[in-house]
Amino acid sequence: MTPLLSVVDLVKHYPAGGARKVLALDGISFDLAEGEVLGVVGESGCGKSTLGRTIMRLARPTSGEIRFRGTDLAGLKGKTLKAARAEIQMVFQDPFGSLNPRHSVATIVGEPLVVHGRPDRAARVRELLDLVGLPQTAAARLPHEFSGGQRQRIAIARALALSPRILVADEAVSALDVSIQSQIINLFAELRRELGLSMIFISHDLSVVRHVSDRIAVMYFGKFVETAPAEDLFRAPLHPYTRALMSAIPKLPGSAAASGSSRRIVLKGDVPNLAFRPDGCLFHPRCYAMRDRCRHEAPELDPAPGETGDARLCACHYAGEDLSDTGASGS
Amino acid sequence: MLRIEDLCLEAGSGVLVDGIDLAVDAGEMLGLVGESGCGKTITALSVLGLLPRQAVRVTQGRILFNGRDIASLDDDEMNTVRGNDISMIFQEPMTSLNPVMTLADQIGEGLALHRDLHGARQASEVDRLLALVGLPNGPEQRRRYPHQLSGGQRQRVMIAMALACEPALLIADEPTTALDVTIQAQILDLIGEMRARFGMACILVTHDLGVVAETCDTVAVMYAGRIVEQGPVADVFRTPRHRYTEALLRTIPAANAPGAMLPAISGTVPQPGARPPGCAFAERCHEALPQCAGQRPPRDGTKEHFAMCWNPAS
Repeated sequence: MTPLLSVVDLVKHYPAGGARKVLALDGISFDLAEGEVLGVVGESGCGKSTLGRTIMRLARPTSGEIRFRGTDLAGLKGKTLKAARAEIQMVFQDPFGSLNPRHSVATIVGEPLVVHGRPDRAARVRELLDLVGLPQTAAARLPHEFSGGQRQRIAIARALALSPRILVADEAVSALDVSIQSQIINLFAELRRELGLSMIFISHDLSVVRHVSDRIAVMYFGKFVETAPAEDLFRAPLHPYTRALMSAIPKLPGSAAASGSSRRIVLKGDVPNLAFRPDGCLFHPRCYAMRDRCRHEAPELDPAPGETGDARLCACHYAGEDLSDTGASGS
Repeated sequence: MLRIEDLCLEAGSGVLVDGIDLAVDAGEMLGLVGESGCGKTITALSVLGLLPRQAVRVTQGRILFNGRDIASLDDDEMNTVRGNDISMIFQEPMTSLNPVMTLADQIGEGLALHRDLHGARQASEVDRLLALVGLPNGPEQRRRYPHQLSGGQRQRVMIAMALACEPALLIADEPTTALDVTIQAQILDLIGEMRARFGMACILVTHDLGVVAETCDTVAVMYAGRIVEQGPVADVFRTPRHRYTEALLRTIPAANAPGAMLPAISGTVPQPGARPPGCAFAERCHEALPQCAGQRPPRDGTKEHFAMCWNPAS
């Protein structure tokens, strides 16, 4: 079966003064199947938002392909790009900044329909409000009359207006309170079931990503360093960076995440600065299991030891090896 | 060391904080958790006398620090308490630092004011404090400006400033919320280390239950301006008494099977001024009894672990 979306060797450079470049995306490749949710996790500045924006073509890729149902979106312009965008829509983090405060909810949710010249706007807006669990009376009101969670519902209704096949959610629940966050996570699950939506779910919050995703990609310095089915990744993370990320999640006593987890690995050093690129493995300056080879030779994103096919990929020379002798316990 | 008794704070929009009691002892770490708008930050600010005075009034209650009521102090008296005895770390390390001051000036300001340190002695103390929070390299480091630092490094500078006078009590308001988990782990370790080294008491204000579980000794759960449950961290998380605490712990993704529908808490937190006379959680509570919304719930449980609930979970 051909995937719905196929991203091939996607690269995005930003100029950084003179001849210097920032590689925000450094050769990202993945497939997204119909109805699949791919979670993308990583620290701030790892390029995960750029990935979402580039797939949406809000940023123009430097090279690479973004194939949606066989059409490469990377080179599209004008009308064809606009038509393609109807198929991929986005929900942003900030439910305050992403809604025009002077527009009514009906105007906000209906705007994509106007832009794309779709008929029966009023009826579709009513349908969308139902879909995201907002009352019909919301249509005439302004964003400031709503709480953060309800605003995020408005943003989701807008993203769904054109019946996209793919939803890119960039930190879509990060700004919400715990009790509201679970309402929106449930809404995404319902939408996925009812509409068969595919999603790219970008977040720094691993427990949220684990909950919503079928497959997870761990991003570091503009590259995927590990991809795996969500459960496999949490059961047995292979990349030292993934292990450190997971061990850093504060655990609640008795929670699923607390069982079978190792002691905390506290990474030294800071979130990487994309402008200063190390040689060899990009993670080696912070890696607690670094060996000499890592300084000079960059690992490829290859099938994990003992795996064939693309189910589990890991970019580490020593993927999955017991790292306990180098200061971190693996199990 | 710090004892808050029956504190009430009121603003034009209504009662923000409605009769809370809190106590922290030396070396103890208290987590104050709750969702946005529950009054946790305003409670923290009131301890330091940093309330916006025109907008928010203390209408009732006392804040005792080592037996002295600091809610009634004037500005000059409060200035000797702030920094010397009680310090605070804020959530936004970028907006809390002055962008045109070097780290030396930034940290030195407090040292000059509270410890009368100047010149070379001040500089060497700045170096010592920066090294303490993991920013070594002396002169080179202290000449940097906030924009040259990452978020985690800025938060370290905030901590260095807060620790400059070795305060007896540190109030940290969402100190890691703006940071990545890997950096959060570093900062929490650092606060823990400072606590162990100086016997400092700490109030950690946060919305993150996991952070509280890993770092605090006791936890107070706030909802709509009241403390609804308080107790040792392990007890509260294993056997929550209040229905709100119970619902919160159940709704987080980590407590559920991946992909399962989360047992969501319907509705939203009532705004100040729109809170019912009884339990503010009643309208969102699955276990509410007829009297819950109308009558203020009694205190249930032991002296150590109690909840304000008509129909407690345990």
